[in-house]
Amino acid sequence: MFRYVANRLLLAIPTLIGVAVITFFVLRVLPGDIVEAKLRGDGTTVTADVIERERARLGLDKPRSEQFVDWMKGLARLDLGNSMWTGRPVIEEVGARFEITFQIALMATLIGCFIAIPLGTLAALHRGTWIDTAVRVFAVAGLAVPSFWLGMLIILAMLWSIGTLPPLTFTPIWQNPAANLWQLIWPALAVGYRFAAVLTRIVRSSLLEVLGEDYIRTARAKGVIESVIVRRHALRNALLPAVTVIGLEFAFLLGGLVVTEQVFSLNGLGKLFVQSVARHDFTLIQGMVMLFATFYIVTNLVIDLVYAALDPRVRYQ
Amino acid sequence: MTDTTLRPAKRSSWLRNPVVDFCIKQPAGMVALLVLLVMMFAGVFAEYIAPYDPVRNNLASMLQPPSWKHLLGTDPFGRDILSRIIYGARTALIIGLSSAFVGCTIGAIIGAASAYFGGKIDNAIQRCIDLMLSFPLIVLALVVVAVLGRWLVFGIDINLILAIAIPIIPQVARVIRSSALVIRNLPYVDAARIAGYSNTRIVLRHMIPNLMAPYLIMLTAYIAQAILLEAVLSFLGLGVAEPVPAWGLMLSGSASDFFEEAPWIVIFPGLAISLAVFAFNLLGDALRDWLDPKFKS
Repeated sequence: MFRYVANRLLLAIPTLIGVAVITFFVLRVLPGDIVEAKLRGDGTTVTADVIERERARLGLDKPRSEQFVDWMKGLARLDLGNSMWTGRPVIEEVGARFEITFQIALMATLIGCFIAIPLGTLAALHRGTWIDTAVRVFAVAGLAVPSFWLGMLIILAMLWSIGTLPPLTFTPIWQNPAANLWQLIWPALAVGYRFAAVLTRIVRSSLLEVLGEDYIRTARAKGVIESVIVRRHALRNALLPAVTVIGLEFAFLLGGLVVTEQVFSLNGLGKLFVQSVARHDFTLIQGMVMLFATFYIVTNLVIDLVYAALDPRVRYQ
Repeated sequence: MTDTTLRPAKRSSWLRNPVVDFCIKQPAGMVALLVLLVMMFAGVFAEYIAPYDPVRNNLASMLQPPSWKHLLGTDPFGRDILSRIIYGARTALIIGLSSAFVGCTIGAIIGAASAYFGGKIDNAIQRCIDLMLSFPLIVLALVVVAVLGRWLVFGIDINLILAIAIPIIPQVARVIRSSALVIRNLPYVDAARIAGYSNTRIVLRHMIPNLMAPYLIMLTAYIAQAILLEAVLSFLGLGVAEPVPAWGLMLSGSASDFFEEAPWIVIFPGLAISLAVFAFNLLGDALRDWLDPKFKS
């Protein structure tokens, strides 16, 4: 297993280098640069001299090839550089906001699983009945409702029913769990619905497939109670494809929370990303894209490991 | 006598019409199709259907609740929401259809080529696809929009279409490749090869028609995704620009300041997005069940 993990991580390096090269050069096509946005943003007149000096300070006056080599050298040392806007290290900027986004993503995943697994099972067991249809409508609707709009509706419902909004300042969970959950459960619900919708469909179709297998017929012939068949024989195998989807959707959420954070005015990774794109903060965008890509690759690896642990038929190769 | 033998033949030929067959076998798909037809009708004939000008501000009728005069109310600029939703259908359809078409077609060509050539070319293409997939969809779209800027042709932002199409390409390419790999190894392709047909003919006449089913299913599904992504980008202020009426745009900006006192400015555009995406998803599902022989009963 160690060899397998090492191998996979080595294979990730060319992909990450590719991501780095593409991001770097695609960003340099952006019209305008951060210095103009930063210094002229508020309408004040700045002399060309000041702009040149700021550019030199950020290293933007160097030729692109040199900037690229500098950045890649930093990456090799796992140093993502400093934000061009605030001057703080990218890692610090991201770290300050990672917690909030990560927690929402995790909560949304849990909500998704808690809704999807029972619903998908129910639909599969009652295939073709009104229950199946109802679950199908629930799932297709979940894919259709934009999560930022659902977030707005949740806020609206809160205003109408209890007259208050979720708090705007973030409290870490170890300081005050109740306040923390009360703030983050709403965005997690808004995103969790979509998550549940995707997962319900997978659970249903995969359970239906498994229920048609020979070993289920064997179990029935042996006289095993139906509930045991479903729980022990069918669901265990049917949840395998669900693991893949849970992992992929979770990785997607880290970047996919962009709009929902906006609606709930949360200062998470999504907001930071939109902000840095608007500010042309190249190093911050590059750093975040690298982190998103790394996270995606690592999640994929973890999914495969979990898969292998759950299913003895899967072998490392 | 001749009458009775002719009539059933006539009826069955009418029943064999694919659209009729689809509607009978997939009632949910038929409902979706009807919703989409209404939406397309609204989009195409917006000028004749919309009761008000969707763009002109009218400060005398600001933030009015739904009434007979303004069926869905008005926004903070006094513009009729129903009219803006009707015109918004045009924007959503143009951008959704064209970006899904561009993304799916390029993706399908790449996927089929990758499967057909195999070997090193296939490997290289798969690496590129892995690379593109490791960017989150919305992050990729955001960067593309920022980099390309706006490029308006007849009032349509071509670069926005590209920004939505590009993240679709690798996903479609992957699915089409796996379908194409299966088809490539089927006996009838071997038979065609033994019969001495050229590669081009085998790909065009034997493989492509059998890839149409997954292509169509993915196309309808990605139209839904594209409409959703367009709404998200417009909501963030990076998609369709004011004053063009677009559903995502109607939810952004001042909408969040007023939606406590005027919830209709938020509720109806969101419903329009949901309904459109819902209908395309449902149509995609129904098409899959209808086209996939495994599900035919």
